[in-house]
Amino acid sequence: MSDGSQLPNGGLPPLPRIDRQRRLPSLIWLVPVLAAAIGLSLVIDAWRSAGPQIAIRFQTAEGLEVGKTLVKYRNVTVGHVTAIAVSGDHDGVVVTAELAKNADYLATADTLFWVARPRIGVGWVSGLDTLVSGAFIGAETGDSTARRLKFTGLEIPPALTHGLRGIRVTLESDDLGSVAPGAPVYLKRFPVGRVIDRQLAPGGHGVRVLVFIDAPNDRFVTRSTRFWNASGLDVTLGANGLKLKTESLASVLAGGIAFDNAPEVLDRQLPGDGATFTLFPDEATAMAPPDGEPHYVRMRFPRSLRGLSIGAPVEFLGINIGSVLSIDLGYEPQTQAFPVIVAARVFPRRMGRAYEALLEHGVASSDDGMARLVGQLVARGLRAQPRPANLLTGQLYIALDFLPAAAPVRFDAAARPLEIPAVSGSIEELQARLASVVQKLDRLPLDSIAGHLDEDLMGLHATLDGVNSDLIPPAVTALKRADGTLQSVERVLDDGAPWRRSVEQTVDETRRTLESVRSLADYLGRHPEALIRGRQAARAPAPPPPPPAEVAR
Amino acid sequence: MSAVLRAADAGLVLCRTCGRVSASSVASSIARCPRCARPLLRRAPRSAERTLAWLLAGLVLYVPANILPVMYASGVGGGRESTILGGVVSFWRAGSWDIAILIFTASVVVPAGKFLVIGLLLWASWRANAWRRMQRSTLYRMVEVIGYWSMVDVVVVALTSALLQFKALGTAEPRAGIVFFCGVVVTTMMSALSFDPRLVWDERLP
Repeated sequence: MSDGSQLPNGGLPPLPRIDRQRRLPSLIWLVPVLAAAIGLSLVIDAWRSAGPQIAIRFQTAEGLEVGKTLVKYRNVTVGHVTAIAVSGDHDGVVVTAELAKNADYLATADTLFWVARPRIGVGWVSGLDTLVSGAFIGAETGDSTARRLKFTGLEIPPALTHGLRGIRVTLESDDLGSVAPGAPVYLKRFPVGRVIDRQLAPGGHGVRVLVFIDAPNDRFVTRSTRFWNASGLDVTLGANGLKLKTESLASVLAGGIAFDNAPEVLDRQLPGDGATFTLFPDEATAMAPPDGEPHYVRMRFPRSLRGLSIGAPVEFLGINIGSVLSIDLGYEPQTQAFPVIVAARVFPRRMGRAYEALLEHGVASSDDGMARLVGQLVARGLRAQPRPANLLTGQLYIALDFLPAAAPVRFDAAARPLEIPAVSGSIEELQARLASVVQKLDRLPLDSIAGHLDEDLMGLHATLDGVNSDLIPPAVTALKRADGTLQSVERVLDDGAPWRRSVEQTVDETRRTLESVRSLADYLGRHPEALIRGRQAARAPAPPPPPPAEVAR
Repeated sequence: MSAVLRAADAGLVLCRTCGRVSASSVASSIARCPRCARPLLRRAPRSAERTLAWLLAGLVLYVPANILPVMYASGVGGGRESTILGGVVSFWRAGSWDIAILIFTASVVVPAGKFLVIGLLLWASWRANAWRRMQRSTLYRMVEVIGYWSMVDVVVVALTSALLQFKALGTAEPRAGIVFFCGVVVTTMMSALSFDPRLVWDERLP
């Protein structure tokens, strides 16, 4: 250090202070700093661009490849698959995908994922590009903002793209028909929507079909809209004959649903999104006024009901008010008879104004009132009768009609279901009458009648033979002679016959003679003296001759 | 620990350019070679520091070079990006084990070896260690010679990208990783060049 200050003068000069050269770090250190900066920027960039990592569960990883399969939202790549593993329960696969940072909106609660593969349906083909590029995972987001990282993938792509305007409608039906997701929905045969989904109703007593109607045609769906199944070819061989109906060729193959507004109901209120409607089996049913609550009735028919099928109409005075539900065979030990028991469902509301009138009178409002009403009607002759609806097919329907001639029966108003007394059908009556006619015919002594007739005919034959041999030849000769006579008469009467000319001459001469006689008579009338004196020459002109008389021929 | 007689101890200095031996100047002023007029330095200035700096830069660049894809190749069935190790693995799986070994050697073994060797040399000379000085100088020569061969990878990518351009049927494009790998090769070469091999023989820092 600086200890030279204590040295005496005249000595050696103080040693120079030697500072250790202050070494600045070399510029070379910029190189690793720069490298580190670049590396750090990469890390920051990667960290910033790394989006959420999501896990999607699928049934199978068919067509999916780690690092290759992309996640696409509206066909824009938003991520890729980073891992595929069999799920913990060995019951599926868990596909891990890394989404882009800006695809954060896909990691929300209501996002749907599915594997896009080539699919071919009726009227559409989708995912053809995946034939070449391989499958990709499609994504579809919803409105939710709740974060979610684990999903269960769909096996089929959703039918709807998010943000599509229109309304969703749930249709309830007993039976699905052949409606498949993607099937068209028609309004007056104009496709306006499609089937999104179908599922069994809870309890399995029907199906629910989820339908989407695109804007702007969704405004035609009102509270009075009726939906019906327009699937396939509607070939009905029923009591009304053969009916064939279809909405479009596509609906023949893929099924479809049609809707329209009921003509008389004017409830133009729009239903909310997700409203529920009934899906009717066909247009006629759909457009019919609402049926209301069904009533169940039972009928016992004494005879065979071949030709009556389940679903056959039940008509009251010709109005279809219900249908046959079941046909069963009963046994009555007292009479050892096997009556056919037919259960039917009737909708009193289908009676229209009659029903309204009945309601007003408070008859049809309750079950007991209904029973009383039926009892009164039965007393007046209401009977169920199977009738042929179609002679060609032999289909039967049940007619509820007033038969005043029917024998009175006891009506049990307490029985549930109500039992409507039945009579055998008109066909059976016809058959019975025909049988009796045949029996009467059978009783006719046809053999003896035929025998007598035969004998009579034999006699007639012999007589005719006699006539032939004895009577005809002389008759022929007589006729011949008569013919000759007639010919000569004809000759005589001919225009050019000589006697006629002489007759004409004779007549002519007679006329002239008569004229002379008349002029003589006239002259004598004027000149009676001429008888005595003879004729005075030319004193007076002779009178004009009279017109010649017509000569009779 | 045999005491090696060093040029500096003998008052001599070697011109690293023309190889002439001169008497070492005592003064701190810059001496020049009487023959070729290049500055005469007993030891390359700050050699260890530079080597270390380049080495660290290479190490830093080596990370993205291996993580980032080096090439994107697309064919009829879609495209994929591959990293260096991914390429090695796919070549190996495809049965081209020879190419896989070549690429692995050039892009993994050689750079990693260089890091280790240079690091060892630096550490040993910092400690002025007398341990196996002959082998250490041999290692240094090996590093110097082998360093260029890491460029094989870069050349492969460059050639493939240039040649494989068939539009829809197949294309290849370089990706960021190869730039970093190139940086690794360059910095390690610079590192090896910055190292003054005479440091190996120093028993204490000059």
